[in-house]
Amino acid sequence: MGGEETVSRDGKVGGDGKVGGQETVGGERKVGGEEKAGGEETVGGRGWSGGDSPSPYVIETRGLTKRYGRHLAVDRLDLTVPEGSVFGFLGPNGSGKTTTIRMLMGLIEPTSGTARVLGNPMPRATRTVLPHVGALIEGPALYGFLSGRDNLLRYDSADPAADPRTRRRRAEAALDRVGLTAAAGKKAKAYSLGMKQRLGLAAALLQPRRLLVLDEPTNGLDPQGMREIRTLVRELAQEGTTVFLSSHLLDEIEQVCTHAAVMTRGRLITQGPVAELAAGARGRLVVTTPDPGDAARVLKEWGVADLVVTQDRVTGEPPGKDASGQDTELADLNAALVEAGVRVRGFGLERASLEDAFVALTGEGFDVAG
Amino acid sequence: MSRAEPWDVSGADVTKVDVAKAGVPKADLSKVAPDKGAVPKADVGREPRLSWTLGLFRSELAITFRRWRTLALLGVLAAVPVLVGVAVRIETGDGSTIGGGGEGGGPAFIAQITNNGLFLVFTALAATLPFFLPMAVGVVAGDAIAGEASAGTLRYLLVAPAGRTRLLLVKYATTLTFCLVATLVVAVSALATGALLFPLGEVTTISGTRIGFGEGLLRALLIALVVAASLIGVAALGLFVSTLTSSGIAAMATTVGLLITVQILDQIPQLDALHPYFFSHYWLSFADLMREPVQWDDLIKNFQMQGLYAAVFGSAAWARFGAKDVMA
Repeated sequence: MGGEETVSRDGKVGGDGKVGGQETVGGERKVGGEEKAGGEETVGGRGWSGGDSPSPYVIETRGLTKRYGRHLAVDRLDLTVPEGSVFGFLGPNGSGKTTTIRMLMGLIEPTSGTARVLGNPMPRATRTVLPHVGALIEGPALYGFLSGRDNLLRYDSADPAADPRTRRRRAEAALDRVGLTAAAGKKAKAYSLGMKQRLGLAAALLQPRRLLVLDEPTNGLDPQGMREIRTLVRELAQEGTTVFLSSHLLDEIEQVCTHAAVMTRGRLITQGPVAELAAGARGRLVVTTPDPGDAARVLKEWGVADLVVTQDRVTGEPPGKDASGQDTELADLNAALVEAGVRVRGFGLERASLEDAFVALTGEGFDVAG
Repeated sequence: MSRAEPWDVSGADVTKVDVAKAGVPKADLSKVAPDKGAVPKADVGREPRLSWTLGLFRSELAITFRRWRTLALLGVLAAVPVLVGVAVRIETGDGSTIGGGGEGGGPAFIAQITNNGLFLVFTALAATLPFFLPMAVGVVAGDAIAGEASAGTLRYLLVAPAGRTRLLLVKYATTLTFCLVATLVVAVSALATGALLFPLGEVTTISGTRIGFGEGLLRALLIALVVAASLIGVAALGLFVSTLTSSGIAAMATTVGLLITVQILDQIPQLDALHPYFFSHYWLSFADLMREPVQWDDLIKNFQMQGLYAAVFGSAAWARFGAKDVMA
């Protein structure tokens, strides 16, 4: 499809990727690659940034936009996924997550803007990039008349970079990894949704990947299956694979992701480390005391807003900055309570959940379709 | 001989390009993956292999010929010569000869079957070429891309990454293989039936000369190949239609519908000027191989027409599929 030449142009400097000490295989990498120069090296090395400065991002989009007629499915998306992260891509159904993923995988052409995956432009560099990417997009799709194992062999043979000599072994390993070995010989049309989902995952794991794109991977799985998938994702992340995980389930993201981005109605609202996102929505101060009335009075004096008193619990928004611009030291607040004769049984901040963060960001519940 | 031309245009040249491209990512991967600690030793020795890219073609062939649908189509095709043979046998059981006349304007081979079972091959090919064979090809070609799209497997093939051009070439090559296999199924079934029900022997050509049975068998094989090559155009047309929709059924129906339409239009005398441009117009030219000497004019025109269709609709399919947003 004529994309390869472009790759070479974009990824000119083969050696610009000496990031970190992981460039272990310099020697091997030259095999058969010398006269082809450039392009391939970029994906190969750590420095798969197309530009002059190495990029730490596995996925990087600039103003990525997809328009269907008058409907903007994805609106000027600037997404950056750091290498090694487990990146949660959050948003209600219909918020543009899958369209974004399809653009990243070169399945659809952006209306405008650019997308880089492993440092190479998509969809032009699909051939060089995608062998390093495993993907589960919008649920599994299988050949119903083939067995689970044969489905994997089929998908593996579609990858021109996959060694046919190790094909069976890799397929068995992938089946084993998702717990499908026992059902490998069954026709895929007899699979339950959860089994299909696992087989789809196995297809993504046929090769060691640098990036895994998993679109709603726990759909259709029972709680046990969901737990297994989460464990698997953590394992893969530990092995160094960057995992890009889209979901509309907040607790799922919160449990496994290091980073997250939130989309609604085709636009990116926020992105960053999960801890920071949650911190963005501030936790609530919780004081447990037998003297709630006095406690509330003191807290109010100290600038605690939105006070709620329920029996022996007083909660409120922790005070912001004081007159001198310093954050109020919560220990001082506690001391003040005690000084005022309030008997304090418990004092602390209740951490905000990602859901709080989401509601704070969008002003709406999570399950509202965009 | 110019017979080879359509094949070259449609397949071989482009394949070369594809193979050249396919070398790139492999070279690439051999260097890439090892920089992860978790990577198993599978990477060692990952060098570009020309044969690797053919894996998809092998897989495609296996999948196509494993489907019950394909087998059913081949079964129907195999049954046609048996039916014709049995009918002729019953008809002539009392020693009478069958009345001459052609199959849809085709050559009058049928009258000779009782003398020589080999003629059942020619008769069966003449009987299946106007409809059964192209219909079967239309089903396989129409389903090629659209079927994958409607099953959702297309997106996973592309993400694998199969490569759009490579996938399209593989699909076309598989369809052409099916053309050949389908034709040979008809020919072999006809030969077996003919040998079983009728005597075999020297063959009288259309020109009236006689050729030996061995020579006749060779001609039969040649004719089967020509018939298979006559389906190149339909295959390309079906593939193009297949890139237009995400519904396998719709693509198959459209292709078969187009086939019927063209066949009907080819019968309307008022459209005489258009006839030479129909892919089916020179189909029955294969009978000229049974002349002595062989008359090549219409045969060559047939090949040119198939080459033209392959080039035009092949390019159209490539242009369409290359730029298509894969939503399914």
